[in-house]
Amino acid sequence: MTTGFEERRQESAQDRIQHVLHDRPTLGPLAVLLLAVIVFSVINTRFFNPENLSLVLQQVTVIALLALGQTLIILTAGIDLSAGAIAVFSSILMANLAFDAGFPGVLALLLGLVFGTLMGAVNGILVTRLGLPPFIVTLGTLSVFFSLNSVVSGSETVRGSDMPAIMTWTGETIPIGSFRLTYGSIIMLLLFGFFFYLLAHTAWGKHVRATGDDAEAARLAGIRTDRVLLSVYVVAGAVYGVAAWVLMGRLASADPNVGTEYNLDSITAVVLGGTSLFGGRGGVIGTLVGALIVGVFRNGLVLAGVQVVWQGFAIGLLVLLAVTIDQWIRKVRA
Amino acid sequence: MSTQTPGEGEVLHRVELTDRTPVMRARGLVKRYGRVTALDGSDLELYPGEILAVIGDNGAGKSSLIKALSGALVPDSGEIWLDGEPVHFRTPMDARTAGIETVYQTLAVAPGLDIADNLFLGREERRPGPLGSIFRMLDHQHMRSEAQRHMGELGIATLQDIGQAVESLSGGQRQGVAVARSAAFGSKVVILDEPTAALGVKEGNRVLQLIRDVRDRGLPVILISHNMPHVFEVADRIHIQRLGRRVAVVTPASHSMSDTVAIMTGAAPPPPIE
Repeated sequence: MTTGFEERRQESAQDRIQHVLHDRPTLGPLAVLLLAVIVFSVINTRFFNPENLSLVLQQVTVIALLALGQTLIILTAGIDLSAGAIAVFSSILMANLAFDAGFPGVLALLLGLVFGTLMGAVNGILVTRLGLPPFIVTLGTLSVFFSLNSVVSGSETVRGSDMPAIMTWTGETIPIGSFRLTYGSIIMLLLFGFFFYLLAHTAWGKHVRATGDDAEAARLAGIRTDRVLLSVYVVAGAVYGVAAWVLMGRLASADPNVGTEYNLDSITAVVLGGTSLFGGRGGVIGTLVGALIVGVFRNGLVLAGVQVVWQGFAIGLLVLLAVTIDQWIRKVRA
Repeated sequence: MSTQTPGEGEVLHRVELTDRTPVMRARGLVKRYGRVTALDGSDLELYPGEILAVIGDNGAGKSSLIKALSGALVPDSGEIWLDGEPVHFRTPMDARTAGIETVYQTLAVAPGLDIADNLFLGREERRPGPLGSIFRMLDHQHMRSEAQRHMGELGIATLQDIGQAVESLSGGQRQGVAVARSAAFGSKVVILDEPTAALGVKEGNRVLQLIRDVRDRGLPVILISHNMPHVFEVADRIHIQRLGRRVAVVTPASHSMSDTVAIMTGAAPPPPIE
């Protein structure tokens, strides 16, 4: 039976690239990552040393975890400006519960994780119950959490040596040849695998995408979009809580004064990874690649002898490029 | 009541229709928003195996009527029966559970998801065994083959790939996906709100054919449309809504298009309802 649905326009090469990128949004970021690795390795042979590569991975682990939570929120067409604040404040709570209040390490970690989750829930409740835009909500809570962070910590750093060993365990390494993998990086990779599974193979994942794609269509299809949104903010809060633990391992301390750049870095990683700021499109594997791109550029530019001040310039250009490509891909048509 | 002489077949068809008990019936539906009365005691009957077009001018209460039938609004008063049983829908989900599927005009599908995902959106199927119950793993393979089958049954199997994102489809193809979804899951009634409004001539005709296919597979269809030629092409009966009420029910055989429009706009008196 002829249906009239089967006609296709003649495709140009440009159309084909657009289609391929549309179907596989991680392809672009992956190409950028590979190209960057090759170029930086050619410029400075030290770049590809296992010691240096393990350093790159360690440097991106915290950002990657924040970007993981951020990805979930951006998939729903939201944004979380408070990601870094939640992680830093959670780490301060964990450290002070163990150091000041004398809680056992595991309990302090668990309570910190609960606090991180609660902070995510606060964001989620404000977004879903009051119907405020996520940008405004998290701009507000960013301020609130950082302020509480200063109050609780008294702006004082808790040294790793003053805490139970479990608190900074995430910074310890397993040597694989001369590559040194931290437990924090393993946790990060496991969480990425876990969320990849949830997004790709469970109904929750489909509902998160559908909500970000077109919330009204999702609602009419019978999805309780408010619940989906709330769950996303809660889960993101929990991920930031894990990031707090990994952060303490990385710094070998709990420092209330770090992390002002974490929020934007996490968003950068998500965008570079091909997840659309307009929601519904992208995924966590892209975000991992995006975080690695940031790490590779920062490290590679230093090794290439470029002054540190130019790092932001280069990454900013990449972000603009990524957003431009995303806009173009979204205009895909049959 | 007829000014023209209808063909013999059409008379038979009509007798057949009015003979049976309605699948869906509404009596005296009222909905007020402050001082605005959207529904002013509206009635409706939908018989098995028919396409009932609902037409009316802007503000006649078409949308409110359809929303009441699909659970998107709760009427202030009035009754709805499905298969003779009174029903009270509080949410669109209630209506869906009862077997009523609605395709909304512009919000039919999630553009970033693929065809299979869209068909099963909100009622995903999980893998059997512990993979499904513990790991909540979706049964992609089964959903895809089912999606392929449903699309095939409606003659839209020529889409290259069931795993294709819906946004890469044309308007008519998207509408096709939405109609296929409603036909696949609607067990009692399919409601289509302006399904051809955004489409070109050719694609509009394709969707009309789909609507006939859905009816021919035994599902009664309520079709809301502004497009008179489309209404007259596919409708078995035409429900005319005016000022929040049903003022007449005509058929393409009993009334011409211009007579129908005259009744709809109040330029001509409505014929009595049988």
